[in-house]
Amino acid sequence: MLTQPATMEAVDGGTLVNDFSIEVATVNGSGSQTANIVLMRTIFQMGVPVSGKNLFPSNISGLPTWFQIRANHKGYKARKAGIDLMICMNPETAKDDVAKVRPGTLLIYDEPLKLDALRNDLAFCAVPFQKLVAAACPEPKLHKLVKNMIYVGVAAQMLGLDMDEVKAAIAKQLDGKQKAIDLNQGAVQAGHDWAAAEAPRQTRLKIVRDDKTKGQIIIDGNTACALGAMFAGVTVVAWYPITPSSSAVESLIDYAKVYRKDPATGKLNVAIVQMEDEIASAGVVVGAGWAGARAMTATSGPGISLMSEFIGLGYFAECPGVFLDVTRMGPSTGLPTRTSQGDVELCAKCSHGDTLHICLYPGTMEECFQFTYQAFDLAERYQTPVFVVSDLDLGMQNWASQPFAYPEGAFDRGKVLDEAQLKDIQDWGRYKDVDGDGVCLRTLPGTPGGKGAYFARGTGHNPYALYSEKPDEFLATVDRLKKKFLTARASVPEPLLTGPGVQRGILAYGSSDPAVAEARDLLTELHAKDTDYLRVRALPFTDAVEAFIASHDVVYVVEQNRDGQMTNLLREFFPQHATRMKKVLHYDSTAITAQTIVDQINAFEN
Amino acid sequence: MTTATVPTNKIGLTKQDYVGAKSTLCPGCGHDAITSQIIQAAWEMNLEPHRVAKLSGIGCSSKTPTYFMSQAWGFNSVHGRAAAVCTGAALANRSLINILASGDGDSMSIGMGQLVHMIRRNVPVVYILEDNGVYGLTKGQFSATADVGSTLKHGDVNEITPIDPCTLAMELGCGFVARSFSGNPKQLGTILKAALAFEGTALIDVISPCVTFNNHDSSTKSYKNAKDHEMPLQELGFVPYYDAEEVEIEPGAAMEVGLPDGSRLTFRTIGKGFDPTDRYAAMKAVHEAHDRGEFLTGILHIATGKPILHDFTHTVDDVLATLPQASVKPGPEVLAECMRELM
Repeated sequence: MLTQPATMEAVDGGTLVNDFSIEVATVNGSGSQTANIVLMRTIFQMGVPVSGKNLFPSNISGLPTWFQIRANHKGYKARKAGIDLMICMNPETAKDDVAKVRPGTLLIYDEPLKLDALRNDLAFCAVPFQKLVAAACPEPKLHKLVKNMIYVGVAAQMLGLDMDEVKAAIAKQLDGKQKAIDLNQGAVQAGHDWAAAEAPRQTRLKIVRDDKTKGQIIIDGNTACALGAMFAGVTVVAWYPITPSSSAVESLIDYAKVYRKDPATGKLNVAIVQMEDEIASAGVVVGAGWAGARAMTATSGPGISLMSEFIGLGYFAECPGVFLDVTRMGPSTGLPTRTSQGDVELCAKCSHGDTLHICLYPGTMEECFQFTYQAFDLAERYQTPVFVVSDLDLGMQNWASQPFAYPEGAFDRGKVLDEAQLKDIQDWGRYKDVDGDGVCLRTLPGTPGGKGAYFARGTGHNPYALYSEKPDEFLATVDRLKKKFLTARASVPEPLLTGPGVQRGILAYGSSDPAVAEARDLLTELHAKDTDYLRVRALPFTDAVEAFIASHDVVYVVEQNRDGQMTNLLREFFPQHATRMKKVLHYDSTAITAQTIVDQINAFEN
Repeated sequence: MTTATVPTNKIGLTKQDYVGAKSTLCPGCGHDAITSQIIQAAWEMNLEPHRVAKLSGIGCSSKTPTYFMSQAWGFNSVHGRAAAVCTGAALANRSLINILASGDGDSMSIGMGQLVHMIRRNVPVVYILEDNGVYGLTKGQFSATADVGSTLKHGDVNEITPIDPCTLAMELGCGFVARSFSGNPKQLGTILKAALAFEGTALIDVISPCVTFNNHDSSTKSYKNAKDHEMPLQELGFVPYYDAEEVEIEPGAAMEVGLPDGSRLTFRTIGKGFDPTDRYAAMKAVHEAHDRGEFLTGILHIATGKPILHDFTHTVDDVLATLPQASVKPGPEVLAECMRELM
């Protein structure tokens, strides 16, 4: 049953305390997600910073899936290429899973797979899952689910996890389903007890209780965005299911049922409608925004492509609306369950003709929450579509985070005239730039008084919203829209700057942030290369973005796409600095690692 | 002329208060006749202009909202998909009265999906499909309602089966389905008033000849052909909500349907008996008439009392767009509770 060709120490002398990576290879649809989150949550509950990434297939049941858990006492959250503990539960991929790990890796596997014959430089632990499952669970149809909890118990024992925390994590994950909790807690105990008696001793990988996650939450970005929208008072949501964005709206539906219910009538004060497609979803957002609602949709790249005509209408007719793009890997259908930052240019310039859109690039869970909240203020202030550009890595993975701060203050509903204000205005024109900032005075359909009505249109129009084909009036409109876009620099989140003030800069955005943070440490510690770091958080770019580029000899722009889309935008807005920027790119559909960044920067400099 | 000599409606507005900009469509366009009836119906129904949203897509028909009710809110959106914009506006502000002007090109090709799903959701709207069988604004290509055998001006013959918006709407369970002819203003006016009194999606297909591209003798959507083959089903009577108490309808002479706003619609069947509340019989009658080369006009089907958009969203009766912050922004204690659940 047990084979241990070498002790851990013999292969690799170090002991990795609170700093190693686990990968679990399973079959999707087997319930392994619950087990993996229990494993991750247990480490979190023991006060050790941890992150989890689910590499799942575009499939409901039967295809390979991998879950990576990284515990790191320094708090590094990025994906790490090396694996220290591999749990092989999928016969289909087991050979490849064994082949890809480094010497010294601990490998827990299902005994009949006989993986110990494949290599002699790993520490193997063969577990008789079938026997343990049968003993732990009398119902054969539940065996598949329970089997996963057994490996949690085995790993818990071998890594020194606190079983009380494991059981608490199960209770948390299964939220009140007592029968399932009992069954799963029994299964982990069975795995644990077997390992205590039978598994080889290993001392290389250890989780030791710490206090670094105290007060933190575990959340995914889609849930964070849903909360942002709920607290922003979203009133109309139109959507069409698409991976990886669906859970954002589904989460909002769940929250709205509890927290957006009118206490007197039990009815909702937000309308959430699943439309027939993304085109219709965008149409509803435009129509609802025009009529004064705080409206949003959530989608991914293919949805944005479909919505682009309506987004252009929203831009040109100046209707507010929030568009959450949880980016997945394109082009075309691409890899629906893999992450990417490939929609940066699509969102910035969505639709035909000259368009420029306000885009927010959250890089943390708190920003997913805050920026979605803020997007509604920006959309109404600037009367235009606003994008929240998230991605699968942020949106669907589990992240530890500080709890969110309550967004205090009043909503910014923008320049909306009511009946009384309209009375005082002699010469009202919907698209007259009375304040000189490109942002005009708006009215809402339904406003009484007989004065505020206007005709919104996607066709050429003059300041009075009347159809116009006059070149000078068209020019004035598109130039004003550009001015309005640039005015928004005063309202969008400023970039975040860190660093000692050197000549080597890194510029990144969104989900690359954890990898950049780690890469900067590696560059300093291992390569004696200090860096300054600017994390861009919005389009339009503010002066601070230009100042950063201008003040560094070289700026490495880190992106998770092939063409360096953010670099392209930066070069368009700051052509005088075009040659300072170098593209550091990662686009194989996995989340970027620190090592990728280190290697590419070193390559540039060698 | 003093105001005393100009008739006003119940809210003190003259018919002039319901007109829009001067039409830029071709002289004699059927659409202008429809616009006139919209103005008349809106005036008679005492619509408050500020509560009216007039929406359209792209095409000749979609230009028409400019030509009526200049004090109402207009939105000329994208081709075929005013339905979604209208759905959004209705969700944002359920007190709006939505009038959507579309055409056969706009609604029966690219807009088909959105029309179908708008009907499913029973969005409150008077959806006027100004149907001439051709794309006018792009100079005369066939649309999806062109009959088999109908010809274009330069001789091309349509060989593809047309789509009938009315039988389609009935199939989908639309509660108000009518067909009229821009050359039959009296009937069209009555249908429009009844549609404005209806609570959900009211679809009115109006045969509206294109005088420039589809009015020749070999077109089935010409004035001549429409006049020769129109078969009105009923003599329609409409008693508006504000007269409903006073007006006596001769018992037994007509069928009557009460509308949600209190108005009453009466049907006096012409020829063979026809019951517009019987959806399946209506579908059969329309199909059979089409096979004979005729088109039935009147209210083809009516069914009141169906759930509408706002019933499906389970939303409050108030206007969502203007709900105060206090009711839509949960307090700090809610965020604290959400955070605790995630710890």
